[in-house]
Amino acid sequence: MRTILGILPDALAYGMVLFTISIGLSIMMGLMRVVNLAHGAFTMIGGYLASFALVSLGVSYPIAILIAVIGAVIISVPFEFLLYRRIYRRSDELTQILLTIGITFFIVGIANYIFGPTSKPIPLPEMLKGPFDLGFRMIPAHRLFVIGCGVVTAVALWLLIEKTEFGVRLRAAVDNGDMAEALGIRTQIVYSVTFALAVGLAAFGGVVGAELLPVEPFYALRYMVTFLVVVSVGGAGSVTGAMAASLLLGLADTTGKYLAPEFGEFFFYVAVIVIVYVFPHGLFGKAH
Amino acid sequence: MATLSVTAAPSAWAGLRNDLIAAAVIAVLGAIGYFVYPDDLAFLIRVIGLAFLVISLDLVTGYCGVATLGHAALFGVGAYAAGNFCLAGVTDPILMLLIGALAGTATGLVSGLLVTRFRGLPQLVLSIAFGQLVAALANKLSSITGGSDGLAGISPSPVFGIFNFDMFGRTGYVFSVIVLLVTMVTLLRFARSPFALLCRAIKDDTLRTRMIGVSVYPRLVVMYCVAGAVAGLGGALTAINTGVVGLDSVSFERSAEALIMLILGGAGNLWGALIGAILFELFHHYVSTASPFHWMILVGVLLIVVVLFFPKGLVNEVTRRIGDFRQARAAR
Repeated sequence: MRTILGILPDALAYGMVLFTISIGLSIMMGLMRVVNLAHGAFTMIGGYLASFALVSLGVSYPIAILIAVIGAVIISVPFEFLLYRRIYRRSDELTQILLTIGITFFIVGIANYIFGPTSKPIPLPEMLKGPFDLGFRMIPAHRLFVIGCGVVTAVALWLLIEKTEFGVRLRAAVDNGDMAEALGIRTQIVYSVTFALAVGLAAFGGVVGAELLPVEPFYALRYMVTFLVVVSVGGAGSVTGAMAASLLLGLADTTGKYLAPEFGEFFFYVAVIVIVYVFPHGLFGKAH
Repeated sequence: MATLSVTAAPSAWAGLRNDLIAAAVIAVLGAIGYFVYPDDLAFLIRVIGLAFLVISLDLVTGYCGVATLGHAALFGVGAYAAGNFCLAGVTDPILMLLIGALAGTATGLVSGLLVTRFRGLPQLVLSIAFGQLVAALANKLSSITGGSDGLAGISPSPVFGIFNFDMFGRTGYVFSVIVLLVTMVTLLRFARSPFALLCRAIKDDTLRTRMIGVSVYPRLVVMYCVAGAVAGLGGALTAINTGVVGLDSVSFERSAEALIMLILGGAGNLWGALIGAILFELFHHYVSTASPFHWMILVGVLLIVVVLFFPKGLVNEVTRRIGDFRQARAAR
């Protein structure tokens, strides 16, 4: 029981970080059918910007998050305009994989050229540093903050997708892009906005989750696979699926590391193989 | 796809002539390498080892259209198997190659059964997960793999009991070139076989192939086994030549690099795979003297340029240009 209580907050926090970062990728893959392996690179840009803002500019934590999100979105615009537009929907996975791996290498190289090849600290504000008393046990305040961020992101996205005009257009474009276009939805604009949203969420998740997934020079490559796996297990384009997959994989990974640390990522990938083999379109995904 | 050089052989003689040309080309390439880098044969041996991996990847990606990012597993298992048997006393290099190929085939079978079941994203993720699983095992089963220290002290006996592996890598280099030559000629024949042509048909239009009565899944699995044998051969060759097997031989980076080399050279063409491996490694050799991050920027740009401007790869692009030029001249 004690072990379970020890694992749960960590697993939950880790799952929420995975969710916050991966949900952007999930929506993008559901909508544009782009296997965007460079998603982690945009997360890394967010982390680097936040670290720079906090350490060198000395701004407060919320401002740093804002700088990271807006900065990452601005940096991503030329990539979207020049490269991603060519691979939306109508190209094979191989092309997408290679183009986005190329973008990842490019971003990792440039980021390290500018900021130097050391890992980047993202110091927490005083409020989040200490432990927090839940009544029956203490857990780090930061873990709670991360879990809260994940929940807020999920609810906000649900509202955006289910309750707004943009959400209607987005869902129409996901379900049938050609038909949506024929009905007068300007899919290119929907795509661009979604891309910006995905990058913004990636950067946000990168900053908030830096305690669990530390921002370091090869961040984009190290977690490239993890984010893709979350989306694949959940089913591309599904918020519920991404949430379920994140929590499940967060639990599998954290439990594996607690109970059998000598096997590292073994259980994580066994879980992935089993789930993907049984549910090839993800837990909550639809066949395209 | 119509411009590819691989077509069904019209006669036995034409096939034989193609094989002889292929053998000559590889022998000449090998000789050129020997005279350009006489003091750096270890580098060339590394290139040849990787070329096997890329050629193997071409069999599943270029011929069957399977997108995989876990192909290094087949290579690494071959290397570890050959290394272990060598440490256990099976030191004959030819036997080690066979063991590597067998281990690669077995890994290819498991990998193929998993990966070729689906198309698209699930396929990609299963291939990654399988590769990472093998990598995690290689890291953990240190009694077999040496863990992160790697497997060391592999010292094969002389080839045919005559040619010793010297420290300059001369024997190793000639041995590698000959193995590559034999494999390449065999595979070029294999690529003209009805089986390989059927795999191409599956790649071009899976649904149509299924409709004419072909059962797709078993064929893809068989192709995966062949690819496993080739990759395992390359792994064993690397183990024989370097005497060590490290975790990098099963890493995700190795798989991704192999894919990059393949696309650079040209998928669906065995020569493309070979040339891609050579070009990428040469590029690496000359550029990586700068910091690893400059190297990454350049590889990134190179990849983006190739994908945007030479989507069929350099070799296929050059063949197409030559074909266009000939047609234009014939028309005049």
